[in-house]
Amino acid sequence: MRIRVSHQTVYHYDSPASRVIQILRITPRSHDGQHVVRWRIDVSADCRLTTQEDAFGNITHAFSDDVPTDRLEVLVEGEVETQDTGGVVRGAIERFPSSLYLRETELTRADPAILAFARSVAHADPDDTIGTLHALVRGVYSEVTFDTDPTHVTTTASEAFSLHRGVCQDLAHVFIAAARSLGIPSRYVSGYYWRSDGITAQDAGHAWVESFVPSLGWVAFDPTHAMCANDAYVRVAIGLDYLGAAPVRGTRFGGVGETLEVAVNVAQAFQQIQS
Amino acid sequence: MADCFDEMRGVDGAIRPAYAGLDAWLRDLSPDLLDQRCQEAELLFRRIGITFAVYGEAESTERLIPFDVIPRILSSAEWSLLQRGLTQRVKAINMYLKDIYGRREILKAGIIPEDLVFQNQVFRPEMNAQKVPHDVYVHIAGIDIVRVDHKTFYVLEDNARTPSGVSYMLENREIMMRLFPDLFSRYRVAPVENYPDELLATLKSVAPETAAADPTVVLLSPGIYNSAYFEHSFLADKLGIELVEGRDLLVKGGVVYMRTTEGPKRVDVIYRRVDDDFLDPLAFRPDSTLGVPGLMSAYQAGQVTLANAVGTGIADDKAIYSYMPDIVKFYLAEEPILQNVPTWRCREPEHLTYVLEHLAELVVKEVHGSGGYGMLIGPMADKGKLAAFRTRIEADPKNYIAQPTLALSTCPTWVERGVAPRHIDLRPFVLTGRDTVRIVPGGLTRVALQRGSLVVNSSQGGGTKDTWVLDT
Amino acid sequence: MLSRTADNLYWVARYVERADYLARILEVTLRLTALPLAYVGSTNEWESAVATAGCSRSFHAHYPEAGEDSVKEFLAFSPDNPCSIRNCIELARTNARAVRTALTSEMWDVINGAWLDLKRFNNAPGSREEFMHFLRWVQETSLRFDGSASRTMLRTDAYWFFRLGLNMERADNTARILDTKYHLLLPEDTHVGGPLDYYQWAAILRSVSALTSYHWVYRESLKPWLIADLLILNPKMPRSLASCYENLVRYCDALAEAYGRQGTSQRKARGIRTRLSNLRMEEIFQSGLHEFISEFISDNNELGGAISRQYLM
Repeated sequence: MRIRVSHQTVYHYDSPASRVIQILRITPRSHDGQHVVRWRIDVSADCRLTTQEDAFGNITHAFSDDVPTDRLEVLVEGEVETQDTGGVVRGAIERFPSSLYLRETELTRADPAILAFARSVAHADPDDTIGTLHALVRGVYSEVTFDTDPTHVTTTASEAFSLHRGVCQDLAHVFIAAARSLGIPSRYVSGYYWRSDGITAQDAGHAWVESFVPSLGWVAFDPTHAMCANDAYVRVAIGLDYLGAAPVRGTRFGGVGETLEVAVNVAQAFQQIQS
Repeated sequence: MADCFDEMRGVDGAIRPAYAGLDAWLRDLSPDLLDQRCQEAELLFRRIGITFAVYGEAESTERLIPFDVIPRILSSAEWSLLQRGLTQRVKAINMYLKDIYGRREILKAGIIPEDLVFQNQVFRPEMNAQKVPHDVYVHIAGIDIVRVDHKTFYVLEDNARTPSGVSYMLENREIMMRLFPDLFSRYRVAPVENYPDELLATLKSVAPETAAADPTVVLLSPGIYNSAYFEHSFLADKLGIELVEGRDLLVKGGVVYMRTTEGPKRVDVIYRRVDDDFLDPLAFRPDSTLGVPGLMSAYQAGQVTLANAVGTGIADDKAIYSYMPDIVKFYLAEEPILQNVPTWRCREPEHLTYVLEHLAELVVKEVHGSGGYGMLIGPMADKGKLAAFRTRIEADPKNYIAQPTLALSTCPTWVERGVAPRHIDLRPFVLTGRDTVRIVPGGLTRVALQRGSLVVNSSQGGGTKDTWVLDT
Repeated sequence: MLSRTADNLYWVARYVERADYLARILEVTLRLTALPLAYVGSTNEWESAVATAGCSRSFHAHYPEAGEDSVKEFLAFSPDNPCSIRNCIELARTNARAVRTALTSEMWDVINGAWLDLKRFNNAPGSREEFMHFLRWVQETSLRFDGSASRTMLRTDAYWFFRLGLNMERADNTARILDTKYHLLLPEDTHVGGPLDYYQWAAILRSVSALTSYHWVYRESLKPWLIADLLILNPKMPRSLASCYENLVRYCDALAEAYGRQGTSQRKARGIRTRLSNLRMEEIFQSGLHEFISEFISDNNELGGAISRQYLM
């Protein structure tokens, strides 16, 4: 499938913000199931975008602007050709052995409730990792209801799990916490999701999980939709948790009264006629 | 404590040669005079200290650390052994860090188990494949050493993150030279006062390639509420460099600048006394206000040097400590000159068996515990406690290491109008620059002022002594 | 020099000067309110003190009415008042501590000593005598601090930023007295006051410690227009606007010369000084004393902002 993504973020400040600095992780890389056809980033600030690669192989762009501003716009636009690989991720950049992704983080700490939940869904046969993961993705889907209200970007897995509510980020964190507690290396993925119901406008990007299965390698699970990722998914960045894969991390000085408008559009691109 | 090695009298009571002059001097001295000198020392400290410490503050965290006027003396032979051992150890630590954040040969060789590194919070993925100037990660190390007999020094801990205490080394000498000029005429004591110069030379030698010919070095402190702020401002002053806080620095176009009254000024080397977690809210803890947003991207782009590098905790972590002799052998193909305290890792079955059989004689520590929490001191525990600990170890052996209870050496110390032996340790400071390792002859000697106590920490009644290295 | 260091030096000076000013206002008010009612009229001098201190709004957020006890407590000790004497001394000391090595040890001893001594005056005004003693102590601290700066600081940018802070604060304080009391200083023909005003005039002069100077300069009994002249245009009077601006220009120029670069601060400071030195009192009265002062206060704030942007951020 050919997916066209546009992602516009506009910040308005009542009093001007200065010393704005941001690190963006919003540029996908190609791997076996995904080919980036074109991709570009525009930032309204008058400054240089520095491209780097982070520890996990994600492409980052950094910019800083010292001039006070009351409006800042970041626009991302591109097209990606995807294939359904049944969730299996091959040919992606791997900087670390899978065991790194067993590491606990503040956002993905498994509390006793998550530990108990993880044990309850785990398959009896310890070698049936894939079976356990399928049970887990269904389990998280039914335990945690999608709800944009009660949680925010700093909500931890255990908070979301006790609320039984959260957004894709929270569901991913719960999944990761549970999977790691069972000894299955797991990581956070941020990206975009194409909806098959024809609705293209979205409020935010998407987030899901990749877990390591010895016989298959990394396999992508989406607890928000209780399924493995397929060709509707554009994979952008990975990390140990949201913080490591966050599309934007930034700081500013001043800029009181920030309002944020995010417009994400994910649509199927019209296939170009090959000549 | 009868079988303890005493720095002055050994085990047999005969005065060791290095201490002969001190012994004679102590015997000539009237207790009243020594008492008076102690009071003067206290006054001097308050006077010097007042310029730095949070003097007289109600919630004072920076009270004076007790100072003992009787110096600890190391012969030149002893020092030369320590010097060789420390140089070797710090060299190996730097090679190990380069490897861990690079090719990971030591993991491939199976010398250190992978999970001890990758699942360790102090391993920083952000440092993976990161180049640091001249492959130096630990520019300043404070290696804690204890002595158990006339020839054996053990390394107790490798402090490779932001070791502190060097200001006491410098001030203690200052005070001693003012109080006891005649004692210094009996001995040729190697000077330590060049430490700030050595440190500055070290820091300048590792400036990034893009830096100006005379690189700008700053000291980054968490600010006045940090308990070591006194040392930060002391060192910045002695080095003649700016003492900055996170908000004084900014990153623009991948370069670090400090805000000065003449506009932004480029910074090349940051001697940082801020922990990894707080360095850059865009890379580590997002709620940190002590750091510099974007610092890690400038660092990754090779535009600034951080001393010490990020992620050096994976060298001085308790879980890694016991592998240090293997690390030395692996990288240098040499036998370690300084020994580790013998350590049993309960994750290994035969070690576990030994530990469980000898629990009552050992000190058992949690690998990820700190500050003595979750620690068992076998000889002081009753049956119930031993049994409880045995259950805990058996439930999660990976999480424990064990060591013998050590008889730290003692040194004569002035206590309540008399001289008595008290347990001591030693923290020398090892500087690693572009081509050289520099160690100023001396260090910080900490002393447990309570009789029989082995705890030298200043928070628990420890004091400090001047440390003399004899020149001949 | 680090901008933060310059900022700390600038604010140490400002806070100490502000504490001194508040102490003088309180002292003058105590003196006025000790007079029999017939001499001062029925104005609420405590209300006026709060206005002159520039904190009417925050005061009335805590108290409905200004009385001796509430004003003494609020201006001298209140932790709720960011500009109480206590807070000024604490803030001065916090700023000093952050730039400990940029101050001389004499200056540190004064400010740290004051901060320690402050605990002795445990938060309550006590008797009038005790309170007067406290106010004298504040003024002495400021004198000692200023004196040790003069005697021990190197004449480098550190000193100039310190002096800029002091003169900015001083100009602001004098302007605030004029702003609250201008109606007492209008020339005779438009003025409706009577002999009661004598004590008010004396009080104004005392609050800038210039009662004696007045007599030396003018050799006349108190005349409101001469008081205005002394406080605004007389460059010999250390707390006059003209004198503050002589100093501000001097220190701004010193910085420009040392750094080889000048900017808005220098232009702004020179502009204001030129205006002050070319104006005559008659012209000020003609175009309105109150308008003149309002304009000066806003100019002075602009200079503060310019210094801040050019050097301190």
